[in-house]
Amino acid sequence: MSDEQTNKDNEVTKSCCHKRNDASKEPQADSNTRSSSNIDSAQEATTYHLMIEGASCASCVSKIEKALRAVYGVTKAEMNFAQRTVSVTGKVKDAALVTAIEIAGYQAKVDTSDSEQEALDEKDKADWAYYKKLMRDMTIALLLGVPLMIYGLVIGEMTVNTTSERLVWFGIGLATLAVMYFSGKHFYVGAYNSLKNHSANMDTLIALGTGTAWLYSMVVVAVPELLPTMARHVYFEATAMIIGLINLGLALEIKARGKTSEAIKRLIGLQAKTARAIRGGNDVDIPIEDVMLQDLIRVRPGEKISVDGEVVEGHTAIDESMLTGEPMPVEKQEGDKVVAGTINKSGSIVFQATRVGKDTALAQIINMVKKAQNSKPPIGRLADAISAYFVPVIMIIAVLSALAWLNFGPSPALVFAIVSATTVLIIACPCALGLATPMSVMVGVGKAAEAGVLIRNGEALQTASKITTMILDKTGTITEGEPKVTDVLLTNDYSREEVLMLAASIEAGSEHPLAMAIVDSAKAQGVDAKKVDGFRSIAGKGVQASYEGKALLFGNEKLMKDKDIAIEQYIEKAQEFAQEAKTPMYFAINNTLAAIISVADPIKSDSIAAIARLQKNGIRIVMLTGDNRLTAQAIAQKVGIKEFVAEVMPEDKANKVAELQEEGEIVGMTGDGINDAPALAHANVGFAIGTGTDVAIESADITLMRGSLHGLADAIAVSKATLANIKQNLFGAFIYNVAGVPIAAGVLFPFFGVLLNPVIAGAAMAFSSLTVVTNANRLRLFKAKNH
Amino acid sequence: MLWVNIAGMGVIALIIWWFWLYKSSSVEMSDGAIEVLVKDGVYQPAIIKVPANQASTITFFRTDSSPCSESLHIPDLEIAATLRLNKKVDISIPAMQPGRHAFHCQMKMYTGELIVE
Repeated sequence: MSDEQTNKDNEVTKSCCHKRNDASKEPQADSNTRSSSNIDSAQEATTYHLMIEGASCASCVSKIEKALRAVYGVTKAEMNFAQRTVSVTGKVKDAALVTAIEIAGYQAKVDTSDSEQEALDEKDKADWAYYKKLMRDMTIALLLGVPLMIYGLVIGEMTVNTTSERLVWFGIGLATLAVMYFSGKHFYVGAYNSLKNHSANMDTLIALGTGTAWLYSMVVVAVPELLPTMARHVYFEATAMIIGLINLGLALEIKARGKTSEAIKRLIGLQAKTARAIRGGNDVDIPIEDVMLQDLIRVRPGEKISVDGEVVEGHTAIDESMLTGEPMPVEKQEGDKVVAGTINKSGSIVFQATRVGKDTALAQIINMVKKAQNSKPPIGRLADAISAYFVPVIMIIAVLSALAWLNFGPSPALVFAIVSATTVLIIACPCALGLATPMSVMVGVGKAAEAGVLIRNGEALQTASKITTMILDKTGTITEGEPKVTDVLLTNDYSREEVLMLAASIEAGSEHPLAMAIVDSAKAQGVDAKKVDGFRSIAGKGVQASYEGKALLFGNEKLMKDKDIAIEQYIEKAQEFAQEAKTPMYFAINNTLAAIISVADPIKSDSIAAIARLQKNGIRIVMLTGDNRLTAQAIAQKVGIKEFVAEVMPEDKANKVAELQEEGEIVGMTGDGINDAPALAHANVGFAIGTGTDVAIESADITLMRGSLHGLADAIAVSKATLANIKQNLFGAFIYNVAGVPIAAGVLFPFFGVLLNPVIAGAAMAFSSLTVVTNANRLRLFKAKNH
Repeated sequence: MLWVNIAGMGVIALIIWWFWLYKSSSVEMSDGAIEVLVKDGVYQPAIIKVPANQASTITFFRTDSSPCSESLHIPDLEIAATLRLNKKVDISIPAMQPGRHAFHCQMKMYTGELIVE
């Protein structure tokens, strides 16, 4: 591995290479790639990142590196096999590198993908440019519209009666046309294109509304004699004002939209840009893209963890709050895992990279949050269905409204018809409907992520808000999941050490958390586990094996009874242990009970408060455990759970979920995501609860990054808040359109003599979308409860 | 007034025909790939014929600054993607049975359809 420092300021180009069929060909640079013509003399040494696909074995690494190093001008070539990327530095053209890889037996094509941060910066830049353009368009339009409107309101009638008035209004008409071109061109081009495609959108309505007002006004100016005197009114101010106000609304909407994606921006911002790798005994700052698996990375106090890894040297406290929502720093020492994006607080550590690039927990979290933010909960489907028909229906209403005025309206009927049709077209806002759901989902999912709650999609978000019953797995969910041996009751002549040794030996093969407790306890007392023969796991009951001719049997009461082991005289004692919330297990040697070993799994410090919080919100809590009934009862009592089901086999957990669903309950299931997979999948919403960031993110509908059950209450609270916000938005958007369109059409006129001004309709339309986005932004104020 | 009313009804009939009854022409993919330009309020082309039982790729190229055009949804295929400005984004379409699948922006103002046949 080269220890040359990478010039991180250099331009980075990424290519993607595909393996050729003839991959067996020995890597060699041909005369083209060896030629000095490959050198790009116009620039300094550049680092290229080439992405390799199809490199299926470690030998590909040396093949590719060798081929690249043979290219004239290349000073460094390092391949990251895990990421299938190769980093190449030198005064060389990227095409020569691609050719060299092709000659080595691989194909290549250029991929211009950028990092998340680059994409974000680019989006911010584009949004800012578009915002400035809209504000400029707005200013131009209002510079004409506002004085005209003030003239109309304060000084005089906007009518055409004399030749001089015709001339003046003709000039103003041309100025309005210029405004339509310079400030509103995007509406007209969009409308034209969508009409051509036999579709219609907001642009169609704006273009038709403002176009109708302008055309009618120009007819008044050009041929006033065609119209009755009372109908010779011009609406140039309406056209200019509507264009100005809608541009203003769009500009403000862009600003507000930017705030809705703050959470994902914050997550992306957690990614470190460089890492301090230890290479050749020296500390070298390298770009994050160049970190390879197994690299040793040094992190000093106050610095970010760059990639996922395992501590190999030092001791420190790491702030993981940005990912888990857990405010207390987590102690880390040799062997502990660290994750990218968290912050080293106190000591200096060295860790070995175990996951890099898109495999880090942070990258997966970002990916999941982005996906979820783009998904729609079912509640948004009605708005989607309406949006599909909305614009043509509004156009039909505008025509019907005009016809109604022409047929039944007072004089000047034509003016009323034009005004009402224009106002109907302008006031209708499909955008508010379309934005209602996604904006709230965007903020809600982001807010949940900030609290360490990862929501897979919109459907999970919506269903979580309706949960009526929550099933909690006991071990690892309510309890710490790290049981410890509390009692060893000898019932035969075997010594404590012998019992522990044999128990640890048989349990060493088991994956059950209680087995781990026994192995750890034996180890702590200096007793080593031995290799056993004929190990067999008996699901839901225990294990059996033999050691040096001794038949070993370890498990619960059921197992002992199945195997006819006499335990009757010890059942009472075992029950005493169970009532103390301990789990008693029987250990038989040669078909005789040798000991009862009790294990206790401490309840998490905040389980009681979190369960009370869920119950306070009206959620029925049911605890499921494979543990015996007395232990389950003791734990349930301690944490305030009234319903529990004990001695449940893993496969029966899903049946219990189904049973509750048949009762009409909307069931959430919370487990560690490993043993509870069928039940998690069967539940209306499956919650995987993890400790720290060491959790399978893909395993459930909602993933809780921290072990606390408060995360569960937070998930439900944020879901409820988001759904309430969506409902407010949808209600507002529906009511706005349902009330606004008839008023614009003139339904109030027969009763109050009121007909809406198109300018007011334009302002209302512009700000209806803004209101939806602003309301969604209120969700940013949501705070998980202090705990 | 009769003629005005007839004309009005004619306009309504035209709207219904133009937006709902008219069968738009579609563009066929070549070699399992096609490029869709996202510009000036529309997808171009908006209606794409996709071969059945064959995976394909649609490359979206967004030059429209409007934030509405930024997200692309194909709900039937559970695809949601962000279209970056002035960047080509490849969307992989899995092999599908014959049918029709709408694609659109977040607010359904940009709309298109995949016709699998």
